[in-house]
Amino acid sequence: MKRAFPILAILTAGLLSYGLYGALVQAPTEQTMGDVQRIFYYHVPSAWTAFCLFFVNLVASIVYLWQRNPKADALALASAEVGVVFCTVVLVTGPIWARPVWGIWWTWDLRLTLTLVLWLIYVSYLMLRRFSSSGQTPVMAAVLAVLGALDVPLVYFSIWFFRTQHPQPVIGGGGSIDPRMLHVLLINWLAFMCFAVLVCWSRYHLEILRRQVDETQALESLLAAGRPR
Amino acid sequence: MSTPAGLTRATLVKDLRLEWRSKDAINSMLFFALLVVVIFSFSFDPTAEESRRIAGGLVWVAFLFAAVVALNQTWARELRNQVLDAYRVSPAPANSLFLAKVLGNFIFVSVLEALMTPLFVVFYNLRAIGPAYQLLVVAALGTWALVVNGTFFAAMSVRTRNREMMLPLLLFPITIPALLAMVEATSSILTGEFSAKFWIVLLAVYDVVFTTACLLFFEIVLHGE
Amino acid sequence: MTYLFAAYVATWVIHITYLGHLARGYARLKREIEELRKKR
Repeated sequence: MKRAFPILAILTAGLLSYGLYGALVQAPTEQTMGDVQRIFYYHVPSAWTAFCLFFVNLVASIVYLWQRNPKADALALASAEVGVVFCTVVLVTGPIWARPVWGIWWTWDLRLTLTLVLWLIYVSYLMLRRFSSSGQTPVMAAVLAVLGALDVPLVYFSIWFFRTQHPQPVIGGGGSIDPRMLHVLLINWLAFMCFAVLVCWSRYHLEILRRQVDETQALESLLAAGRPR
Repeated sequence: MSTPAGLTRATLVKDLRLEWRSKDAINSMLFFALLVVVIFSFSFDPTAEESRRIAGGLVWVAFLFAAVVALNQTWARELRNQVLDAYRVSPAPANSLFLAKVLGNFIFVSVLEALMTPLFVVFYNLRAIGPAYQLLVVAALGTWALVVNGTFFAAMSVRTRNREMMLPLLLFPITIPALLAMVEATSSILTGEFSAKFWIVLLAVYDVVFTTACLLFFEIVLHGE
Repeated sequence: MTYLFAAYVATWVIHITYLGHLARGYARLKREIEELRKKR
């Protein structure tokens, strides 16, 4: 397993570079928006990656509730953190894109708002993990993850209907997409997914080690307390 | 008292009786609610036309804050007297306890809303242009949504380091669709511009989904340690 | 366009910040493992 990491890292670096080249050079310039539209090649793949990571978190949380396997819990934590990172990227690049194109920083665009709500839910998840006492944290967090997942379709429909009653600009462009643009988009998505796997894996590994060290430290202090002086 | 329903009723009656005797929570909540209404009235002083548009949002934000005050003390008494531990070892179904708490909170928050609403009507010169009876439906469904999730997250927050802060942090993101629905439904009814039907249905679905989920998971949360 | 540049830079700043956070986590862990090893 350990050998795969450097290989994947090199592959990811290659894909990211190729993706960047594609986004900046290869892809044709968009007609109405101009070069600013190229933000699209980072904004959209980051969103898709974040959603995939949150899905991983959901599955890991369910597995944890079912089997109480601590590795599932570590994976849930890792995927949630990395998911929030990618989500932050989406929320930052979205307004940067919207400002020059539509003149506004924010709009209750369906995708952007859904991303914001997901970000809020998962930040609250991470806060729960930070502030609750270590005994029950995994269980509580897993339950919260499931509740969050149940919430997502409801969020989607509520925003969708809100927008039909109060029409808002659409960020991210609708309609059909030029095949060359699609190609660059998919390459960047693949690159970011590989990157996400690397980072998530690192975070998972860190968490496992962290727990082992904590256990050892606890054992040490227990033994030290029992030693005769 | 051996049936789940009996246990729920018994717990609910006990809570209501304790509250009626001490009037702890209800007094602080009342005063807090009054303060919120007054401060909002200072901050947002719209004409009658505008006020119908924004009243939905204002009213529900005020109710939300008042509800959080109520929810934060839901489990405080149980925690003080180690009642939760007793429940954990007893064979009584955890759901009965949860349902009793939710119903109790629902009653508290509804009383609050009933008291705050006339104040809002007065300060904002409110008058519903759409079907006013629907406001009751929205209020009931919306309050239930806040209270069922709020009671659940209050139980989750009870053993965290930052208990009072944790509840709103957990509650607000997840209730966003319900809040949106409550606010939009209220505005639609007040302005009479749109039909509130979709929002009411959405609230009902939200209530069903989360009541079921909370009932399913409460046992796990209670036995968390 | 500066906006395009800003978006790409912001993306990588966010990622690199998180990676830095991970790196510090690993460094701290390494220190603690060393301390544990010394105690034995």
